[in-house]
Amino acid sequence: MKILLIAEHDNQTIKPSTLNALTAAGQLGDAVDVLVAGCNCDNVVESLRSQAGIHQVRVVDDERYQHPLAENLQTLILPLAEEYDGLLAAATTFGKNLMPGLASRLDVAMIGDVVEILSVDTFVRPIYAGNALETVQSTDHIKVLTVRSTAFAIMEEGTGQAEVTVLPAASTSARVRFVGQQLSDSTRPELSVARVIVSGGRGLGSAENFALLEKLADKLGAAVGASRAAVDAGFVPNDYQVGQTGKIVAPDLYLAFGISGAIQHLAGMKESKLIVAVNQDPDAPIFQVADYGLVADLFDVLPELIEHC
Amino acid sequence: MKVLVAVKRVIDYNVKIRVKLDQTGVVNEHVKFSINPFDEIAVEQALRLREAGVAEEVIVVSAGSLKSQETLRYALALGADRAILLEQEEDSESLQPLAVAKLLQQVAEQEQPGLILLGKQAIDDDSNQVGQMLAALLDWPQGCFASDLQLQDSSLQLTREIDGGLETLALDLPAVVTADLRLNRPRFAKLPDIMKAKKKPLQVIEIAQTGIDVTPHLKRLRVQAPPPRPPGVMLSSVDELLAKLGEEGVLQ
Repeated sequence: MKILLIAEHDNQTIKPSTLNALTAAGQLGDAVDVLVAGCNCDNVVESLRSQAGIHQVRVVDDERYQHPLAENLQTLILPLAEEYDGLLAAATTFGKNLMPGLASRLDVAMIGDVVEILSVDTFVRPIYAGNALETVQSTDHIKVLTVRSTAFAIMEEGTGQAEVTVLPAASTSARVRFVGQQLSDSTRPELSVARVIVSGGRGLGSAENFALLEKLADKLGAAVGASRAAVDAGFVPNDYQVGQTGKIVAPDLYLAFGISGAIQHLAGMKESKLIVAVNQDPDAPIFQVADYGLVADLFDVLPELIEHC
Repeated sequence: MKVLVAVKRVIDYNVKIRVKLDQTGVVNEHVKFSINPFDEIAVEQALRLREAGVAEEVIVVSAGSLKSQETLRYALALGADRAILLEQEEDSESLQPLAVAKLLQQVAEQEQPGLILLGKQAIDDDSNQVGQMLAALLDWPQGCFASDLQLQDSSLQLTREIDGGLETLALDLPAVVTADLRLNRPRFAKLPDIMKAKKKPLQVIEIAQTGIDVTPHLKRLRVQAPPPRPPGVMLSSVDELLAKLGEEGVLQ
């Protein structure tokens, strides 16, 4: 099987989730090409050249791809699609924005958020926010997939010798234009890719108290999350929200402070590898999914953790 | 301008779902269903556009069994003007995103809306595909995971949630927009509006009559519960917690 992996990058560095997806691509096919569409993206291409597991890096370096607009990338990728048996991207907002339209233009289904590849046509994906796992078999001639990066380990680099080929740019749509972007404080990792998440609930009591969590997060190199209750109480903005209606996360370590553990919150974080919960209520449902629980006042625990971590 | 909003009837987000013993799906009996929360946000946005005078009519559309009429009635109670149900009684759960996108494409071609709003994903199959697929089929610009939108003449200034923050796009109408959580906070349906909604027009179109092939491209082999987490350990002090975190090697 020949696979085309669509790289996500910022024209400087490749997103780690693309390397997770490369592992998945290697499990699905025997030849994996990577498409890098960008502008002045030499560094990205260089880093992929030596990456193990890549047959060919196909590069389009043109100002049209300075920002990855789905419409323009689809026009570029569609004519390439027939050379492949599978098109793949990481299940990030980039992949989720791009891949479904490719699938519908090819008149094939898309299999989203794949967590396990059972065979060339059979995949496992979470449904109901991970409360069930669905195994599906595709009947299509081209498989269009996004894969959840937390489910596939990153391959070692440095042993590959990928061939680099250059593609011409394709036409672009005048009906959609990039206006600007506002990236969050880059000193802290994004929730969806963070290795450690420090999360707070209504028990934090106020927006000011979230500063304590942020202090711990910065010590651990962690992202800061919140329960819907904390968001609804106005402690933090909505993009902090972890849960079925917020972000779904699966870090190596999830530290929950003052979160009771409503179903919809658990649905967003229970795939985390290690869950630690601190709550004053010994009956809080969060303890049912926690690997380590501590019944204590989080205002006693947080300063101690900040000091010793 | 007409605004078309697609809505889906899903198991309520507060229900703890159970997988069927025969692994064919999840238990649907005696379970509360609601409008998909993201679709509710899409409906709210359409109503606000009408209230702001930029949209004249809000049409809600759903694909599924006759039970989806209750979801459409709810959207009508919130304030939508009329509803369309693309109905398939048998095996309505087998309607997959590609099929739904094709059905919506046909409705869009008939209704000629200036804007189509959808939730970014349904919380049952978590696909996050229909809006994008529809935009591509119609060859309209897409604005996915929207957290803000402003209409300016024939274009839309749209802010979308991306992994690293926010991105702003300008889209020419007609366009397809999918709603993220921050876009707005939906209103509640008031009792008199719920009564009034019963009299609003709701057109039922049998999917078999549309001529669209809705055969699933994905065969569902089984649905299983995720492996249970091993029981946790209750600790008695912060020191103990620090020791455990050290043992697990997760702090580096």
